[in-house]
Amino acid sequence: MIKNKSLASPYIVWSVVFTAVPLAIVIYFAFTDKNGAFTLKNIMDIGQYTSVFVRSIVLAVIATAVCLVLAFPLSFMLSRMRASRQSMMLMLIMLPMWMNFLLRTYAWMTLLERNGLINRFLGLFGIGPFNLINTSGAVVLGMVYNYLPYMILPLYTIMTKIDPSVIEAAQDLGAGNLRVVTKVLIPLSMDGITTGITMVFVPSISTFIISRMLGGGSNLLIGDLIELQFLGNSYNYNLGSAMSLMLMVIVLLCMSFTTADSEEMEAMV
Amino acid sequence: MKKWSTRAATALLAAVCLSAGAPAFAETQVDDGYDYTRFADDNITLNVYNWGEYISDGSEDTLDVVAEFEALTGIRVNYTTFDTNESLYAKLKSGGGAYDVIIPSDYMIGKMANEGMLEELDFSNIPNYDKYIGDAYKNQSYDPENKYSVPYMWGLVCVIYNTTMVDEGDTSTGWGILWDEKYAGQILMFNNSRDAFAIAGKMLGGSLNPSSVDEVEASAEKLKQQKSVVQAYVMDEIFDKMGGGEAAVAPYYVGDGITMMDDNPDLAMYLPGEGTNIYIDAMCIPKGARNKEAAEMFINFMCETQIALANVEAICYSTPHTAALELLDEEMRDNEFMYPDDDYLALCETMSVLPDEINSAMDAAWSSVRSYDATGNAWIMPLLLVVMLALAIFGFVRKAIRRRKRDY
Amino acid sequence: MRRLKMLGRVYLCVMLGFLYLPIAVLIAYSFNESKSRAVFTNFTLKWYGELAGNDMILKSLAVSLVIAFASAAIATVVGTLAAVGVNGMSRRARTAVMVLSYVPVINPEIITGVSLMLLFVVGNTQLSNLFSALLGAEVSVNGFGVLTLLAAHITFCLPYVLFNVSPKLRKMDVRVYEAALDLGCNPRQAFFKVVLPELTPAILSAFLICLTYSIDDFIISYFTSGTVQTLPIAIYSMTRKKVSPEINALSAILFVVILTVILGANALDSARERRLERAAREEERKAGMQA
Repeated sequence: MIKNKSLASPYIVWSVVFTAVPLAIVIYFAFTDKNGAFTLKNIMDIGQYTSVFVRSIVLAVIATAVCLVLAFPLSFMLSRMRASRQSMMLMLIMLPMWMNFLLRTYAWMTLLERNGLINRFLGLFGIGPFNLINTSGAVVLGMVYNYLPYMILPLYTIMTKIDPSVIEAAQDLGAGNLRVVTKVLIPLSMDGITTGITMVFVPSISTFIISRMLGGGSNLLIGDLIELQFLGNSYNYNLGSAMSLMLMVIVLLCMSFTTADSEEMEAMV
Repeated sequence: MKKWSTRAATALLAAVCLSAGAPAFAETQVDDGYDYTRFADDNITLNVYNWGEYISDGSEDTLDVVAEFEALTGIRVNYTTFDTNESLYAKLKSGGGAYDVIIPSDYMIGKMANEGMLEELDFSNIPNYDKYIGDAYKNQSYDPENKYSVPYMWGLVCVIYNTTMVDEGDTSTGWGILWDEKYAGQILMFNNSRDAFAIAGKMLGGSLNPSSVDEVEASAEKLKQQKSVVQAYVMDEIFDKMGGGEAAVAPYYVGDGITMMDDNPDLAMYLPGEGTNIYIDAMCIPKGARNKEAAEMFINFMCETQIALANVEAICYSTPHTAALELLDEEMRDNEFMYPDDDYLALCETMSVLPDEINSAMDAAWSSVRSYDATGNAWIMPLLLVVMLALAIFGFVRKAIRRRKRDY
Repeated sequence: MRRLKMLGRVYLCVMLGFLYLPIAVLIAYSFNESKSRAVFTNFTLKWYGELAGNDMILKSLAVSLVIAFASAAIATVVGTLAAVGVNGMSRRARTAVMVLSYVPVINPEIITGVSLMLLFVVGNTQLSNLFSALLGAEVSVNGFGVLTLLAAHITFCLPYVLFNVSPKLRKMDVRVYEAALDLGCNPRQAFFKVVLPELTPAILSAFLICLTYSIDDFIISYFTSGTVQTLPIAIYSMTRKKVSPEINALSAILFVVILTVILGANALDSARERRLERAAREEERKAGMQA
């Protein structure tokens, strides 16, 4: 094949300037003060926001777990369908994801409000009204709704590769449904699970729109905090960079335990 | 506001019929002797950055002021909105926007002027300033020689409440209602530091301009106490939430309160007994604006009587424009909230430019109010950073080793 | 077993309901005459009319489309070239490039946005200082706007092109290219006549991916757009103010557009697949006959 490495040079230059250099600037800002002198103060100051970090991680973990539980059976069912139905169902499931995500989140606002549809529906039976919006539950719901397809897709992809005869063999050998799931299905779809976890966890932990629209600003997440430092009230690039760095390390940590193989990542993209 | 806007429309129609001198393609009557068409062929786009819901925009039969300006002058306007003074400041400071006209509030104008972020205006391009703006609104402390700003609107911060959810008796508690356990989960609060701290300062019997870091901290404590009863921290979302009966009580600007009451008759408002914040929002040109003269033309246009009137009628704020005030519907002019008596005005304070030290204390305090839990040890985060990094590296190495083993 | 199947079907329906309920509600409200979401008064199309007259939305849509097509086109060209270049690299160099490419894909969007914003802020001040020093007068450079937006979009689109085209290139039969050379093509001709046609489907799908990512992106644009408003940014500012049912009408229109595009693409896809399948079966039959 063509051995012309220089063809990649525009791309490499671009990536360095717009990917590597910006990250270096973030790190530089994180470890300097307003005058450019080295300091650890920014990172130490994040300590005040421990609760926000903990809340972000907890909510993202819950959302990821819920996604996994919801998506696992769904993907399995999808993968066992007839080919023609399979592609149609997959499309049906992916379709809402093509809607702009602000509009999707906004839709939940109208549903969850005190005078929203859900409360009025419950009101017909004399229940409620409940405080649904502006709670951490609403934030988790928003994450699950927005990122569920990211879990379904990799799970489904890997499950279509599981040969039905493997499952049949397990059943023939006397395994019950539960054992088939734990001993055969889960181990065989492990790669899909880890990919899915990353793909849901990363956007969940860094969101600031969902918490703002559904959390009412009292459920501040890391993303809100960062946004506050760059375009909001607090205006402190250095602190914001330190928080971004922290977030990157969290994501890196998550990645190191889930997907680390470049081939797996390629499959994911 | 329907009534007033139909009135305005008729007046406008009359004006169009009567004035033969006005250019044929624009509907607005403007003062003679100002050449609005001099940039018509220059293909200019003005970037105007205003508060949300802060102009007559053509909805509900009002006058579309921006479209009028475009039709009259041939200048295109890229009209965008912000929701707090602080986010406007952040955007400008980052160089995140090449704006030509901005409309910050008093204290922010002072701060920006001090930091050299504003252009001096050439008032020969804004003759309407001398002609129409009331003397009471000129040479304010934020711009003592009036070099940078032309007042657009002024107003007070009030408490808006839903009469079906709030006991009338509780309105006598002034700002205290925003801390009232009885309305836990139904209270909205300002999502911006200066306004929130102003309310807390007033609650504590102090000033809305804290004079020391200690005062900032006391206010921050007060705001943290409030957190458990607050449903959400919002700005313009208030229209939707109060209008839809999602919340019982909220602090906001009088003009917007009147607009909301118009949409939802259950709403009412009062001015807290402790006194409140009186503010002036004024039009400025940021440093480095690309079309300064056209921007001044826009400012002058906003001070045309017809336009000022249309804006006041649409957004119900109080106007510094003398001629527009005279033309204003009596019902509006006598509105005790829009134009309160001098006794109450004596209780009100404007926000002044704070020293840097207090400003940054307030910014930090605000972040911590919002995240609320300041007990973390300072070394936890650096430590956590190192531990997480080490774990991540360990994870990657483990995978790499496993992969190498597999390869062999 | 049958009960399990029933359960599965119910579950599927519940999930689809969960996914579609909010969108259905939005669309239903777009026909509601009352501004308030509390009551459904009368059927109306007036919000569609108002939407058509809403300058802010139309302008921002135009901006979004221009940015999307420009960034997708540039990203596709640069990314395809890169895929070819990377293919000729040593394994180690290739891994390095790939790792660099994963960064924007894996990084949370907010970090990409913030880091690009910092780059542009620093770039603006540095350029201002540079020009000021050169010209001896105070000059302020302000690049925020269409250019920064474009740069940001190209940045997050590029890796997807590389990841889409690279595997196809690696799977391609080298001998085809060599045959072209043997038959008298120079490398350039061989590339355009043999390699590129082979890659076209992958390049096309990369282009489409870029297009959709770019149109849909909010977070990165939010930090890098300056005074320019893209459609998602306009939607964001709409959801924050007095909410008008125009936003519901917009959702309905977007949904219908997306539905048409996806159904169309799917129909094309399945037609092609059927053709391929038939060809494969034909091949098998021939092979069988030979054996």
